[in-house]
Amino acid sequence: MEDEQSFSDICGGRLALQRRYYSPSCREFCLSCPRLSLRSLTAVTCTVWLAAYGLFTLYENSMILSAAIFITLLGLLGYLHFVKIDQETLLIIDSLGIQMTSSYASGKESTTFIEMGKVKDVVINEAIYMQKVIYYLCILLKDPLEPHGISQVVPVFQSAKPRLDCLIEVYRSCQEILAHQKATSTSP
Amino acid sequence: MVLKAFFPTCCASVDSGLLVGRWVPEQSSAVVLAIVHFPFIPIQVKELLAQVQQASRVGVAVLGTWCHRRQEPEESLGHFLEGLGTIFSHEPWLQLCRERGSKFWSCKATRRQVPTSPSAPGEDQVMLIFYDQRKVLLSQLNPPAALPDRQAGDATASAGGLAAVFDTVARSEALFRRDRFDEGPVRLSHWQSEGVEASILVELAKRASGPVCLLLSCLLSLISTASACRVFRLWPLSFIWSKLSTCEQLRHRLGQLTLIFSTQKAENPAQLMRKANMFVSVLLDVALGFALLSWLHGKDRIGQLADALVPVADHVAEELQHLLQWLMGAPAGLKMNRALDQVLGRFFLYHIHLWISYIHLMSPFIERILWHVGLSACLGLTVALSILSDIVALLTFHIYCFYVYGARLYCLKICGLSSLWRLFRGKKWNVLRQRVDSCSYDLDQLFIGTLLFTILVFLLPTTALYYLVFTLLRLLVVTVQGLIHLLVDLINSLPLYSLGLRLCRPYRLAAGVKFRVLEHEAGRPLRLLMQINPLPYSHVVHTYRLPSCGCHPKHSWGSLCRKLFFGELIYPWRQRGDKQD
Repeated sequence: MEDEQSFSDICGGRLALQRRYYSPSCREFCLSCPRLSLRSLTAVTCTVWLAAYGLFTLYENSMILSAAIFITLLGLLGYLHFVKIDQETLLIIDSLGIQMTSSYASGKESTTFIEMGKVKDVVINEAIYMQKVIYYLCILLKDPLEPHGISQVVPVFQSAKPRLDCLIEVYRSCQEILAHQKATSTSP
Repeated sequence: MVLKAFFPTCCASVDSGLLVGRWVPEQSSAVVLAIVHFPFIPIQVKELLAQVQQASRVGVAVLGTWCHRRQEPEESLGHFLEGLGTIFSHEPWLQLCRERGSKFWSCKATRRQVPTSPSAPGEDQVMLIFYDQRKVLLSQLNPPAALPDRQAGDATASAGGLAAVFDTVARSEALFRRDRFDEGPVRLSHWQSEGVEASILVELAKRASGPVCLLLSCLLSLISTASACRVFRLWPLSFIWSKLSTCEQLRHRLGQLTLIFSTQKAENPAQLMRKANMFVSVLLDVALGFALLSWLHGKDRIGQLADALVPVADHVAEELQHLLQWLMGAPAGLKMNRALDQVLGRFFLYHIHLWISYIHLMSPFIERILWHVGLSACLGLTVALSILSDIVALLTFHIYCFYVYGARLYCLKICGLSSLWRLFRGKKWNVLRQRVDSCSYDLDQLFIGTLLFTILVFLLPTTALYYLVFTLLRLLVVTVQGLIHLLVDLINSLPLYSLGLRLCRPYRLAAGVKFRVLEHEAGRPLRLLMQINPLPYSHVVHTYRLPSCGCHPKHSWGSLCRKLFFGELIYPWRQRGDKQD
């Protein structure tokens, strides 16, 4: 079962949440961030090249222009490969674990998998960021030494940064699966 | 809990048979290791499993049946498979079935004993997880699952979570050694059933490594005993040895070579990795050293270097003389105390004169010395760089001496000033209580004290300026030496073999796993593909980096500034084994 809904992130950009229910014990949430806009790309390129041209007229060295082109290309490639995240996915499988994948604009994918044995709970936390109060979904990990303690807080959807309404949807689905998992694991 | 069946991808298209593997009850997961094909005799299968269990200490058992229907569905086969459940009793009994031409499987897991609680059904839900057996076998999970009291090869396989799957597959090598060319009674299918893979070069290298290691370890032990003999313990030699970074580097390399060529086999994968990293690092070092050697000895570069060295040293000395003349005048418009200025200036100028005469004395021998020193590059680029650092230290020895004189003078002055300042305010340092106490002085004590204090205060700018100038020069030399040491450290500690492995065979260094949901149809069991998530490059460097010489600056910036202000001498490199300040 698949369905798609449109939400917005904390800066007002448009996000698309795709939900896939593979089975009662396996669900996937896919958040697509707004793509790289042509306007900002053109603006940055024009600024860099104008600055390079200004330096060229000052120093009369053509190496400055080729260096500017080189820097722009490398910078764009580096941005697409290391910084710009296109999609963030959360896959939650009952009795196996929770997997978070970020796919970059260049196609690179970085995945983290947390086993269900280490997951204590999934909660929505409130944070004060500069002048804003934002909400974020995070996974609490168990502390192996202390049974009721928390060893780590892992935030989810860090670059998409959806608003509370989107987070509530994801939170409800995750809690259904976690409750089901807790019920079946405690029974003999 | 949902029952997880880990199924190897190599067995997804083989004929029907029995599923053989390990059942992990804590996670309710069944790890399928191989498939036993028809026809078989149940007694022989049980014998084989007992053998494998004894050899590998993994609880291998028959987990269920696998049915690959190539032709029309055969009812008789279905009943036959169900009947097998009574011969090989296992709780729960898995039944995996695949239709011809269909991607979707059907799985059933039945429990014979009816559970007491009514909520748990007699049939469990099954989730299929495909895994690549070869990659899981060869990979090393990082960080390794922490098992508190585990002896190598002693305890049975017991680890938490997915580490249990990796552990099970890795330990079942005994099962995977039987391939289809074996004349055994039982026909198995697993990742190696088409024949064990091996490489001729690797086997030859393994055979040759024994005697080679023995020979080299004898040679190296000879060298280490020769270097540890009593002659080198005598005072002047041991002092020089401890100060030269070349000796430190040579000792480090000798230690590494001894470890690589020791006749003991590596006990665990981490040690093997370390040995391999050291070996590749030594190889690269020697290769770069030979490149440097060929560059130096071609086109008479050594001669050019030697010809350039004496004029450079002369130039440095001349610049220092200019600097001192400038200090002796009115540097930056400040007015110095004439008498002290002249004394200090003349003292340092005489030192420079001595130094220049020493350099001129050495100049005919410099080319020979450089030629022999250049030969040492064949021991490795790191040795050549350490020698360069030592040469820099020797050539700037006069700067070091000036720094020490200036620092000591300044330190004395500061001590005197602080104690006389206390006298000026009517206080005294109580050595017993380690604090400042008030004290009543006599009039003549106060008079002389105040006089001395005034003298020291007015002489302070001169001493402070000399101290500042020579400290800056010394810090410059220390920075240059520091950069060379950083490069040497980099070559010493970079784990090149691990980085190469991460580049070419990323599944060998695993940070974890990742799952992908395969095509799904409602009503069918969920199918997942488990792949190895490789370790990121930064983690590889961090986990596998080799221990370096240990010649790192041990001060923080705050303590460094404090020492500079109070005129205490700074020794940025404490060699290992020196006493701490």
